[in-house]
Amino acid sequence: MIEPDRFDRYSRTEGVGRSRRASMTEGEKTMIATMRRLVARVGLAVALAAGAMPDDARAQVPESAEPIKLVMMGYSGDNIIMLIYGKLLQKLGYTVEWTPADYLGQFAGLETGDLHIGSPGWDTTAKAALKAAFDTGNVLNMGKMGIPVQEDWWYPLYVKDVCPGLPDWNALKEPGCVEALSVAETSPRARFLSGPIEWGGHDQERIDALGLDFDVIHAGSDGALTADFVAAIKRKQPIVGWTWQPFWLPTLYEGEFVEWPAYEDACYDDPAWGPNPDLAYDCGRPSGEMWKTSWAGGEAIWPKAYAVWRAFQLDSKTMGELVYRSDVDGVATEVVADEWIAANEAIWSPWLQ
Amino acid sequence: MARAGAFPIGHAALAVAAILAVGLALAPGALPWATAYPAAWVVPFDAWIGEGARWLTREAAIGPFLVKDLTRAVGAVVEAPVVLLQDLLVKGFAIGGVSVGPVSWLGVGALFTCLGLAARDSRLAAFAALTCAYAALLGLWDSAMMTLALVLVAVVYGVLAGVILGVLAFRTARFRAVVDPVLDFMQTVPVFGYLVPAILLSGYGPAAALLITLIYAVPPMARVTTNALQQTDPEIVDLGRMVGCSPGQVLRRVLLPSQRPRLMLGVNQVIMLTLNMVIIASMIGAAGLGYDVWQALKSLHIGKGAEAGIAITLLAILLDRLSQRFGALRPDHHGHARPFIHRHRWVLVGVGLALASTALGVVVPAVARFPADWTVTSGRFWDGVVDWINIHGYDAISVVRDSLFLYVLRPLKEGLLALPWLGVAGFVAVLGWALGGARLALLGGVLTAFIALAGQWEKAMISLYLVAVAALLASLVGVPLGFITARHPRLRRIAEPVVDTLQTLPSFVYLIPTVMLFSVGDFSALVAVVLYAVAPAIRYTDAAVRQVPAAAIEAARAFGATRAQLDCRVVLPLALPDIVLGLNQTLMLAISMLVITALVGTRDLGQETLIALSKSDPGQGLVAGVCVAFIAIVADRLLRAWIARRRARLGLEP
Repeated sequence: MIEPDRFDRYSRTEGVGRSRRASMTEGEKTMIATMRRLVARVGLAVALAAGAMPDDARAQVPESAEPIKLVMMGYSGDNIIMLIYGKLLQKLGYTVEWTPADYLGQFAGLETGDLHIGSPGWDTTAKAALKAAFDTGNVLNMGKMGIPVQEDWWYPLYVKDVCPGLPDWNALKEPGCVEALSVAETSPRARFLSGPIEWGGHDQERIDALGLDFDVIHAGSDGALTADFVAAIKRKQPIVGWTWQPFWLPTLYEGEFVEWPAYEDACYDDPAWGPNPDLAYDCGRPSGEMWKTSWAGGEAIWPKAYAVWRAFQLDSKTMGELVYRSDVDGVATEVVADEWIAANEAIWSPWLQ
Repeated sequence: MARAGAFPIGHAALAVAAILAVGLALAPGALPWATAYPAAWVVPFDAWIGEGARWLTREAAIGPFLVKDLTRAVGAVVEAPVVLLQDLLVKGFAIGGVSVGPVSWLGVGALFTCLGLAARDSRLAAFAALTCAYAALLGLWDSAMMTLALVLVAVVYGVLAGVILGVLAFRTARFRAVVDPVLDFMQTVPVFGYLVPAILLSGYGPAAALLITLIYAVPPMARVTTNALQQTDPEIVDLGRMVGCSPGQVLRRVLLPSQRPRLMLGVNQVIMLTLNMVIIASMIGAAGLGYDVWQALKSLHIGKGAEAGIAITLLAILLDRLSQRFGALRPDHHGHARPFIHRHRWVLVGVGLALASTALGVVVPAVARFPADWTVTSGRFWDGVVDWINIHGYDAISVVRDSLFLYVLRPLKEGLLALPWLGVAGFVAVLGWALGGARLALLGGVLTAFIALAGQWEKAMISLYLVAVAALLASLVGVPLGFITARHPRLRRIAEPVVDTLQTLPSFVYLIPTVMLFSVGDFSALVAVVLYAVAPAIRYTDAAVRQVPAAAIEAARAFGATRAQLDCRVVLPLALPDIVLGLNQTLMLAISMLVITALVGTRDLGQETLIALSKSDPGQGLVAGVCVAFIAIVADRLLRAWIARRRARLGLEP
């Protein structure tokens, strides 16, 4: 009980004595920051051992002038979420730093406390990394973002000309459709442009179970996937590939998701389920969730900021509009975030309570 | 290569080994375990290494302190200069409670221009001014300064670390034996393989960025240093001793200065490789031009990505030329006669201008920060160019791509995959024996077998196929180009900046347009690797041809050799060892690109490191990375052994 108390007082005096801090050299500041992080971690460990959190944590906001580091992973949608949250924190008086980080690489930073608030992790692409991070005990699951994530086979609208009957998946079985979608690498079979192999998705199983004439070609990264996709769309080449929503690609180009037999847990677990009685995966994909994450140690340093992050929720429609504003209208992500904050006080003010 | 009939025993043994390897491939039923490595025999190196890495980064302790806390404290000290420079150039800071803005863009530009003048090169001064104007006009100023801060510090550390390692390796043979393979690993293990452990040990941000940059950029400096010291004329050392220098003084006052031109080659490599890493660095928290490139390309804003990429290239060339000019300035032995102010007048003028313009910036905002309204962009134009090629040139491109794929790439890949692992390991061992004796045979055989043991055989073969095809294509393009530039100085002046650009432009910049034009897959990977790896083939060939002794050419002419005879019988054989040294570099660069090729969907060892990153499995990533390093080491040692033999036969230096 003593340690966290002392720690709290330390952070508060730190906030007052800012001018003293300013006179230090940067090297000293960095060393002190590191030492403080160490002290914070020791303090947290003691607090957890005692089974108690600081009593007066909510007494004063911001509890610490130490900057809160938010992950920016580079996509418009994800960046806008982090910008909105960060700007709300600034309203409360927090110091916020937006730090670039890789989508999967961020978890190492969240685990050690170099990064504090993670860019939302998607069930569909980061399930293993999320689980590994939560299992260390140093990364907190802060709940769902509230935006269900759809990831599935997607095609630009003109593909309907060569594969009449879409979006129903049976249209993909027609020989004319298969021929139109085939390329030298896969000929005579059609090409399905998939994401990096580590994203999973069970597409080979789906193809086998539903008797499709498709080869799965994996793009090695999200960048390569979208580059291949967009180039094909621009020259109106028939293509079916992996896309997700909310995302700028299906926002920018007209298209539809393929409609499979709807997903049920039984489809993946039980071969007897669905159109193919012998094989599992004869259905579409489950929709996933976006999970909010954070460094566990920050709970004791900025309890209020963490509470705001837990309360933070956006729905798919809003997210779609924000991405549209950024990628179709070409408005800078910072401006998009400012606009939303200005227009939606009724939505975010309860989060700050 | 096979023309060299100097080792008939080697030839016979090679033939036997080759027949054995092919025979096993053709009769797969005979010895199934020797063909495809049995899954049950795979040694779980990845699990062991993963456990080791987890322990080191999370639990290992020295006394009461965790290892990771100690390394991070060191990291905080090491990164302090970067933070200081970033405050100075971008963020501004406070002195005694008064907040001071960053140095104005005009001031930094003036300082760089004056540095060019101080190096007594007015063209370089103009280039410096242009580079700064480019960054300011395109709205990349803050990013460029963030990158500059990181790169400057990384280069200083890199050169220091390289020189220290190189000197130690020169002094003690035992140290050299240890450090040599370590340097190989540093250069060739793909960065994604050790990214997570590196972050855990050094912390997110400048320290981690510095760490991964140094791992990649130090080896050439260390190698160049050792080489340079070994090649110093012993008489110079004797002179130093005679005038009464201590061993330390001999090193600092005699040995290192006398080898300055060679050492500057190492500095050049450190600068180029450091700027090569800025994109990867941006993935672990280093904001700057790298992040701009990365973010733009993620949204397929190719033009914007290219603009930021070109800024990186300009910065690289500027830093390189400045350091080379200063390195080449002869020490001013009469300098002390002239006053300090006179000797350093341009540097002082530059600093004065920087301070004055920063002060002026308090009153005139446009001097402090380049106004956003004045910035321009050519992004749309470049997007349009790529779109135009995509729409109008795609048919022609796809014909080339598809035929190369069907008739060259696919058969080669399938052929390599069909080769039995035991046969290949045996072949490598025999080749090593023929070229360099028993030690090389053992090294080659064991390292090759390790890849099978670790269960990475198939992926390694795909890596090998990509690297081999890319290196072959790069030498087919690069060697003739090098010949031409060696003959025509004017063409060389055009080729030089192109080669510099290819080496410093982040590969991401052309990777994404490549995918747009060639689709994901091996072909796009090949294009990107060839573009990156062609540079040393051109450079080394050019240098090798120019270094052919004039006397040899004169003699051949005197005997009435035609131009063609001269080239084939005199120039090529004499230049060949150095050309092959360049091809060795091409191969090494191609291998170092495996980390990038995985991003466009190749199924090789590079992909294995990416998968490991997504699963937070450092063991898997490191094992795949070590296999890449082994391929590189085996190829490097075999080629070098061949070069040494060849040189000895030609009576060149050993």
